[in-house]
Amino acid sequence: MPLGCDLLLQALRRPESTVEIKPIEWDSLIRQARRAGLLARIQRLLEEHDLIDRIPPRAGAHLESARIVADNEQRIMRWEVNRIARALDGLDTPIVLLKGAAYLMLALPVARGRLSSDVDILVPKEMLGEVEKALLSHDWEHVKLEDYDQFFYRNWSHELPPLRHRERGTMVDVHHTILPPTGRLHPDPEKLIAASMILDQSRFRVLAPADMLLHSAAHAFQDGDLQRAIRDLVDLDDLVRCFGADARFWDELVTRAEQLDLARPLFYALRHAHGVLDTPIPDFALDAAKRWQPPWLLTVIMDRLVSHAVAAVSARPKRPVHSFALWILYMRSHWLRMPPYLLLLHLLRKFFVRWRARSIGP
Amino acid sequence: MNLSDLPLPQLINQVKKPGLNIQTGPFLVHLQSGIARVVDGLSHLYADFPVTEDDDLADFHVSVNPPNNHRRWIRRQVVCLFDGESPFEPLPQEQAYPLFETCLNWYIYAEVYNYLIIHAAAVERNGCAAVLPAPPSSGKSTLTAALVNRGWRLLTDELTLVSLKTRQIVPLARPISLKNNAIGVIQTFAPDSIMAGECHSTVKGTVAYMRPPRESVARMGEPALPRWLILPRYDPNVFLAVDSLGKAQTFMRLAEGLVNYTALGRTGFEVLTSLIDGADCYQFTYGDLQAAIEWFDRLTPLKPATDHAPRL
Repeated sequence: MPLGCDLLLQALRRPESTVEIKPIEWDSLIRQARRAGLLARIQRLLEEHDLIDRIPPRAGAHLESARIVADNEQRIMRWEVNRIARALDGLDTPIVLLKGAAYLMLALPVARGRLSSDVDILVPKEMLGEVEKALLSHDWEHVKLEDYDQFFYRNWSHELPPLRHRERGTMVDVHHTILPPTGRLHPDPEKLIAASMILDQSRFRVLAPADMLLHSAAHAFQDGDLQRAIRDLVDLDDLVRCFGADARFWDELVTRAEQLDLARPLFYALRHAHGVLDTPIPDFALDAAKRWQPPWLLTVIMDRLVSHAVAAVSARPKRPVHSFALWILYMRSHWLRMPPYLLLLHLLRKFFVRWRARSIGP
Repeated sequence: MNLSDLPLPQLINQVKKPGLNIQTGPFLVHLQSGIARVVDGLSHLYADFPVTEDDDLADFHVSVNPPNNHRRWIRRQVVCLFDGESPFEPLPQEQAYPLFETCLNWYIYAEVYNYLIIHAAAVERNGCAAVLPAPPSSGKSTLTAALVNRGWRLLTDELTLVSLKTRQIVPLARPISLKNNAIGVIQTFAPDSIMAGECHSTVKGTVAYMRPPRESVARMGEPALPRWLILPRYDPNVFLAVDSLGKAQTFMRLAEGLVNYTALGRTGFEVLTSLIDGADCYQFTYGDLQAAIEWFDRLTPLKPATDHAPRL
């Protein structure tokens, strides 16, 4: 039976609709949600709406398993944050928790049912060396990378090569800015750090709410290739619902988007969260975002690409148009990351390495 | 309706497309396969299992089919997919049936976290369950196969599911896998037992499966409270040697066979300690199968069942 993502989107938009669906539809919904990495998320939604007792018990069992896995991931992440704080104790620098780690430590609704235990931090560029040294001396180690990849990360990217803990196997990504310096947009990390807030009883800081949303938008629509389109949109939806009740947030968001050079990704984020998940966005914010709109044709093309990327998450069998759309988005993410000459060099090198590996053989 | 109620041609067609739903314990497994060996194995080993053809919520979607390349025809292989994807390499087509059983075990390990899962066999008599945790090649399955042919109910051969709420063992009652010499031993010990899915070329040598007793399958919906933890080890040089194990010692020995313990966090610890607290624990080394069975026949719980409330 072909799987789309219709039941998953319906459950995300209207959790109460799940009590009306038939067992065979639950079969599809669980598989769609599992593929999208959102099964724990569905469990949380139904729990919050008091619907768990109204769904088939065997469906509930799968949701319960997913919840247990997500809780474990959170437990692991909490310990990682603790260990990173210990390793970086004594360093005189602001350290900003990004994304999942920030959501978890702030106990934001967006942290519910998330499935990652990797920690991302942002530090001033001049402190990168010391931070790296401190982590290496506390049993983190470099993931084994070729010299070129090391060079790529250190010179062209917005983060150090990933560090993995020797015993625990968990990863920490150390950023000095939130988008690649070789890219087309340049959000100033000093502005982000200046506006960041101290996390209660912690040596860490977190981004201001508007900045948090902008980072999520940039991660999905500027730096990312939308392979996990629904998850990205769910994060955005949650952040909007969490912060958007306050009218001042929207004024701040619009101002910050322009200050941080992140207006275009925010346009896409608001448009597609609203379109796919019915995210509640005030009309004035959608109108303001229109002035950041790309040329009409690009908007239409992105609309189609995002639609296919969303369907591709759960679709089985995967249709050729989905694979094609994901490939275009993958190329787009590279195009946005580097100027054309660098991109050409990078792709040529990748092609050459793969070709050489194939000729040498296993 | 049981699988044996389906005429063979209908079974073949149903399993080929769209697939058959088989109830095993708390799980409904949707199996789709066009491979004759798989259907043959099913018809012998799952004859007493409830099946449905209707559209329903299946817990696992398993398919066993030839791959989509030249190995479909040349030096034929099969690949097992779970909901369209597989972490496993294809195997020679002769191994199609063991591949199904092994993959289903793996998918249960990978997806099920609402039970504590121990790599162990379990049998039951008079409402009391004996759990037999052991690494592969310990003689666990041979002992289990012998016990269920001598009046014990089969709960499970490979994966012991412990309910997080009730601490009871929830049966699966699936076929028992036997390897190499054990196949002949059980055929001698229980000549009426039905074996199928035999395959000579696996990495473990020759593998076959024993059909579970009809009554064990009929009672797959009845959980049982664990009263004994018996760690078996086959040693041909030992007639029978049984030693009591301390609770802490048993905990450490069990640790090797725990599948999803870490993910369960504190709950996992509480369920496991409660299970060990409520059970008599033994190291069980046997060389003579008959002597082993007689020891089990004399088993009675040392203390009455408690409510297994955790100490912490």
